[in-house]
Amino acid sequence: MSSVLQNLVNKPYEHGFVTAIESDTAAKGLSEDTIRMISAKKKEPQWLLDFRLKAYQHWLTMTPPQWANVKYPPVDFQAISYYSAPKAKKKLASMDEVDPELLKTFEKLGVPMNERAKLAGVAVDVIFDSVSVATTYKAKLAEVGIIFCSISEAVHDHPELIRKYMGSVVPVGDNYYAALNSAVFTDGSFCFIPKGVKCPMDLSTYFRINTEESGQFERTLIIAEDGASVSYLEGCTAPKFDTNQLHAAVVELVALDNADIKYSTVQNWYAGDENGVGGIYNFVTKRGLCKGVNSRISWTQVETGSAITWKYPSCILRGENSVGEFYSVALTNHYQQADTGTKMIHIGKNTRSKIVSKGISAGHSSNSYRGLVRIAPTATGARNYSQCDSMLIGDQCSANTFPYIQVSNPGAKVEHEASTSKIGEDQLFYFAQRGIGGEEAVSMIINGFCKDVFQQLPMEFAVEATKLLGVKLEGSVG
Amino acid sequence: MICQDSKTLLEVCGLRATVNGVEILKGMDLTVKSGEVHAIMGPNGSGKSTFAKVLAGHPAYVVTGGTVLFEGRDLFALAPEERARAGLFLGFQYPIEIPGVANSQFLRLAYNTVQTGRGRDELDPLEFDDFVREKMKLLEMNPDFLDRSVNEGFSGGEKKRNEILQMALLEPRVAILDETDSGLDIDALRIVAGGVNQLANKDNAVILVTHYQRLLNYIEPDYVHVTEAGRIIKTGPKALALELESRGYDWLSTKPGAEHGAGAAA
Repeated sequence: MSSVLQNLVNKPYEHGFVTAIESDTAAKGLSEDTIRMISAKKKEPQWLLDFRLKAYQHWLTMTPPQWANVKYPPVDFQAISYYSAPKAKKKLASMDEVDPELLKTFEKLGVPMNERAKLAGVAVDVIFDSVSVATTYKAKLAEVGIIFCSISEAVHDHPELIRKYMGSVVPVGDNYYAALNSAVFTDGSFCFIPKGVKCPMDLSTYFRINTEESGQFERTLIIAEDGASVSYLEGCTAPKFDTNQLHAAVVELVALDNADIKYSTVQNWYAGDENGVGGIYNFVTKRGLCKGVNSRISWTQVETGSAITWKYPSCILRGENSVGEFYSVALTNHYQQADTGTKMIHIGKNTRSKIVSKGISAGHSSNSYRGLVRIAPTATGARNYSQCDSMLIGDQCSANTFPYIQVSNPGAKVEHEASTSKIGEDQLFYFAQRGIGGEEAVSMIINGFCKDVFQQLPMEFAVEATKLLGVKLEGSVG
Repeated sequence: MICQDSKTLLEVCGLRATVNGVEILKGMDLTVKSGEVHAIMGPNGSGKSTFAKVLAGHPAYVVTGGTVLFEGRDLFALAPEERARAGLFLGFQYPIEIPGVANSQFLRLAYNTVQTGRGRDELDPLEFDDFVREKMKLLEMNPDFLDRSVNEGFSGGEKKRNEILQMALLEPRVAILDETDSGLDIDALRIVAGGVNQLANKDNAVILVTHYQRLLNYIEPDYVHVTEAGRIIKTGPKALALELESRGYDWLSTKPGAEHGAGAAA
């Protein structure tokens, strides 16, 4: 391996600062009492406490999944604090009353929290450690009947919707981390788009973990009723700590007849340092249900952070003619590990799914695509197309593809393509011979490689994602 | 053409180089002046392509001896991209494919990088579009070349035309064309050679690395050099190429018994 390829990875993580803010942080440890404490702090109704306790009882009977291609010491669930909230002086009536320290934090992160800063044109819900601190454009969205608020508020203001839908896509006992989340989730975003409404702006949630040794367990629930459509963005960052923090979220999407949900994530949690110390464990369950006919759910993710990523945004295609899509770029560097992919479960007739996965590995990292395409006996006329491409930078990293294809209907059509390429010295030499230096060459090659996915992102996100990949790989070619 | 008031562009003295510890170049000597066209011919493995790659700075090759002056500067003091900006161009035998990157994007980045390196202004996308389309006419290229990914799915002929298009854009002082004729049918060969002829002038020089005399029917060399085992063993006028065509390489060989062998290989 040439020296040119040795260096592309090393700009310091720029979101690694800690905000000095007074927090109300619970003692470490997990028990039924912890859950009762969280529920009491949030003044939750009894049915939600029951939901949590049921999940907890289930979780106690489960063991952490071992099948993923990732290695890490067992997580000590008693060493985590399950609740941490910035101390609010009083109930906030408007954005202007948000703690200035918090506002500064999000300004630094480039998140538009000020409603007067209309330039951004995106409604944002901001989650800081365990609580939602602010949601912008609420009133404007309410005019067209859209509910966009924190899940805690929704529990109080729209209990019928939460009771109906929460846990309907990801049941409490679905998997180890989903069960844990169901027991201890603290906040998250709720979004409801009523019949026939096209959401006039992108909705966005920004997640920030601030406290060391706290976990973030948020829950997102998005419902698009008949003929509704929404584009939803999610961004994440965390400070640099030498310890690992656990992030175990659950995201549920429900699309009814002719509804359309587009969910985009740019994940930039702290990935640990160049020796693999610290970083976020990102163990997330994301699933969408295409419940209605002609409904469509599209996941786009750009995964660049986290020490470990374990994440499979999935679609259950129940409605006839429904469509599921998964576009993913996963970049790993240093000692990062990613095991990520999707599940497309075809149940309804003429359901279609498309998977485009681009994995980029550099440094000593390990990057795996794991995907399931299941065609149920009922899914006559179902079609799937999958494309999984891996790119290696350097010779110390690895890329794996684990496709699972289960077809129980003879009329289905399933296609799978995979490729592995390497940014090698011949490619870089070609660029150099045209006057183009190493970093610019790698950036161009990577952006070309990811083009099919970046095209799916909303404009601002695409720009951010392009920049982010450049930053992440800076220094790995020199 | 050999000119009176020409300048020396490239001066190679006793160049030695290895790849994976094996010595391939064993003392190459070559002087190239402005206005000249040189052809380097020789059997497989005699070091022709290695010579081209070493001059351009391919990282797999290690220079172990000799000197190369490029317009009077020590060529090996420059990184590969600096050599390109200084005006050394290599037309690749096997151009690299870059999926997802539009040719127009790549060409513009290359052009602007080289321009900046020479202290000239960059072109914005619209200006560049006009500029590149003009150059493409030279090579009878379809404008849809610009939207396709760099070299991806290109035929052999299209790839080589794309190489010459880059030569046209980057306006090198010395262009080394490594087996640009391989894989070309007669029509493509005529177009590519025509492009090179139009780009060659009294201020620059072209070095053709080739197996076959065929290319030299289209691009007339001033000098023909024959390589064997990492050295130039004979230099002559254009007529030497014709002689090689009819007699092969063996009659020139300095190796004992080569007259009866299959040709020298390194």
